[in-house]
Amino acid sequence: MTAVDLRVAQRPNAPVTTYRYDEYDAAFVRERVAEFREQVRRRLSGALTEEEFRPFRLMNGLYLQLHAYMLRVAIPYGTLTARQMRRLADIADRWDKGYGHFTTRQNLQYNWPKLVDTPDILEALADVEMHAIQTSGNCIRNVTADHFAGVAPDEIEDPRPTAEFLRQWSSLHPEFSFLPRKFKIAVTGAEHDRAAIMVHDVGLRILRNERGEIGYQVVVGGGLGRSPFVGKIVGDFVPREDLLAFLEAIMRVYNRFGRRDNKYKARIKILVHEKGIDEIRAAVEAEFAAMDCSVFSHDPAEFERIASFFAPPPYETLPAASSALRTAKLETPAFANFVDVNVSAHKIPGYAIVTVSLKPIGGIPGDATSEQMRVLADASERFGFGELRVSHEQNIILPHVKQDDLLALWRMLEPVGLATANAGLVSDIISCPGLDYCSLATARSIPIAQAISKRFSDMSRQRRIGKLGIKISGCINACGHHHVGAIGVLGLEKKGQESYQITLGGDPTFSASIGEILGPGVTADQVPDVIEHLVDFYLAERAEGEAFIDTWRRIGHVRFKDVLRREGEDGADI
Amino acid sequence: MALISEGRFVEDSWRRLADEEALPKTGEVIVSLPRLEHALEVLGTESSLGVIVPNTTEPSSLIQALPRLQLISISFPAFSDGRGFSLAALLRRAGFKGELRASGRLVADQYAHAIGCGFDTIEIPDDLADRQDEEQWRVALNTYSMSYQRGYAGRGSILEARRRAARS
Repeated sequence: MTAVDLRVAQRPNAPVTTYRYDEYDAAFVRERVAEFREQVRRRLSGALTEEEFRPFRLMNGLYLQLHAYMLRVAIPYGTLTARQMRRLADIADRWDKGYGHFTTRQNLQYNWPKLVDTPDILEALADVEMHAIQTSGNCIRNVTADHFAGVAPDEIEDPRPTAEFLRQWSSLHPEFSFLPRKFKIAVTGAEHDRAAIMVHDVGLRILRNERGEIGYQVVVGGGLGRSPFVGKIVGDFVPREDLLAFLEAIMRVYNRFGRRDNKYKARIKILVHEKGIDEIRAAVEAEFAAMDCSVFSHDPAEFERIASFFAPPPYETLPAASSALRTAKLETPAFANFVDVNVSAHKIPGYAIVTVSLKPIGGIPGDATSEQMRVLADASERFGFGELRVSHEQNIILPHVKQDDLLALWRMLEPVGLATANAGLVSDIISCPGLDYCSLATARSIPIAQAISKRFSDMSRQRRIGKLGIKISGCINACGHHHVGAIGVLGLEKKGQESYQITLGGDPTFSASIGEILGPGVTADQVPDVIEHLVDFYLAERAEGEAFIDTWRRIGHVRFKDVLRREGEDGADI
Repeated sequence: MALISEGRFVEDSWRRLADEEALPKTGEVIVSLPRLEHALEVLGTESSLGVIVPNTTEPSSLIQALPRLQLISISFPAFSDGRGFSLAALLRRAGFKGELRASGRLVADQYAHAIGCGFDTIEIPDDLADRQDEEQWRVALNTYSMSYQRGYAGRGSILEARRRAARS
């Protein structure tokens, strides 16, 4: 432990803001590290071939990438403590190049670890109750959740106890660790979907029925990748009592009948698409009916035990609006912009949710240096009960900041490049690592994100444009979620040249839709031009307060296509 | 082929019968699935009967035969093909009490998964057994003290342990 860790651990009133391991969890993670250490040893001795080693290293988050190994660390439901964030910084310094990359699945990737060091890295993670279990491989992946969990005003129930419950259930599952393909679960407990549950293998939406009971709407078969699908409802209201049994039934149907002849058709979305949701629902219900549900039945004491870790921190009683904040905004316009764009309403009066953008103008989306990680850890302790979140938009959230403290927080973030006031704006771009790192990529993504970001570097113009999600993938696997970007960019390779396909109208929320292709691919240089034209057209056409996707839905895809065609005839290089 | 039982390489008392071989009157024999019906008719109670089935077998198709079978071997066409794990769990749920065997290129790291789903023994090709000796299988079996799931065999359940701790 560092001196700071010790101080934090010893602070008697340090609130518990996330799940803490008990002796069983701690033993499990240590055993996992020991197992992996042994697996690495056996790989090096030749007892395991690379083909045999592969699924086991993947189930520990270790990929072989373009230049080196990549280690993906699990951040369950995106929640981190300050201590954990500091440890991530330490690992970045000791075993990587001083930075890490936050991903669209709320995880963190190190791009330069050595195979022989990875057991030690996992050990260092286990010290702070972290791991890299099931961040890759054909198994149930790290469970994600709404990054505003527990603090959003529109919440029915905090989704994280459910997500933690599922994290444990899915860890090294005897039956479901060699699935046809990867399996991703997301949970939301709010009226607005910030967890993109409609585009996951299974999406869970917490609902309360008219009798006041909690249950789950279960959505299955959503996904992006080369064949994008919006998920379909397989259970309207599964009582909490039955959730585990119902999920076991889905997993068993998928494990038995999911396609294994073609890895591109192996996700559950293809099974749902080919068989139809009615047949899948019937199969799941039949399996559920045949199961001894008592084995999986809900354990209220265990659920309460888990939920107790997510109890609200000791908030102060404050007025709903802070006069200090109002004054500070008037005096410091740059701060006012930050507050207007990056601060969201909190369910507790006088508090705010702060989105710290990891998308500086011209920067690499989702990257953070070890120095930035440490500043974030310090900031969370000074202003936010020591809790941090990772959003699937690849930003960091400080979920409980007093409005009175926002100015001091901003002053702390600003010098280290963490005060970019662009959360949700056109330069808050989601991007996969692309050809710069990834062995699957067919085109670069990061430089495209950087070019777009620079094109819109005028922040007042960005604010005029308003919320607009641009998402970029460097290949058809769609890790950058381009299908659900209001504007999506997909990098392909055509005859040895990078070619970028633009899509419009994607939506990752409950009203999910997959973007439609705008026209023929364009070159890397043209992408910022095309996007600028589209944005200008939107600005000219939008009704008062209308978001890009709503304008697009109202006036139609063809109008946007027409604009580009016309611009092209006028000599613009599109 | 090498057979692993309870963390040890053991002698296999069962004989896998080729389809053209005549059915012996006594002993422990494993027949292929297409031959099962005939074997059940012909063989008396003196011989022990086992069957090897593909991992795509519908468990209901074996229900009638279950009380007469002493062994079911499920083939794993690839170690990464997990269908055999679900089939094993379903056969146990259907009440099969005999030996469940996983047959294929399974690696030691899957041993605990196999035990959890109800398998008793693992049958692997000799070249694999040469690389992955008994020690590796024994280590793999004892890597984890407990597991998070309930309703699976083998290690103790963490959920159960927490319940007991909460009661006491």
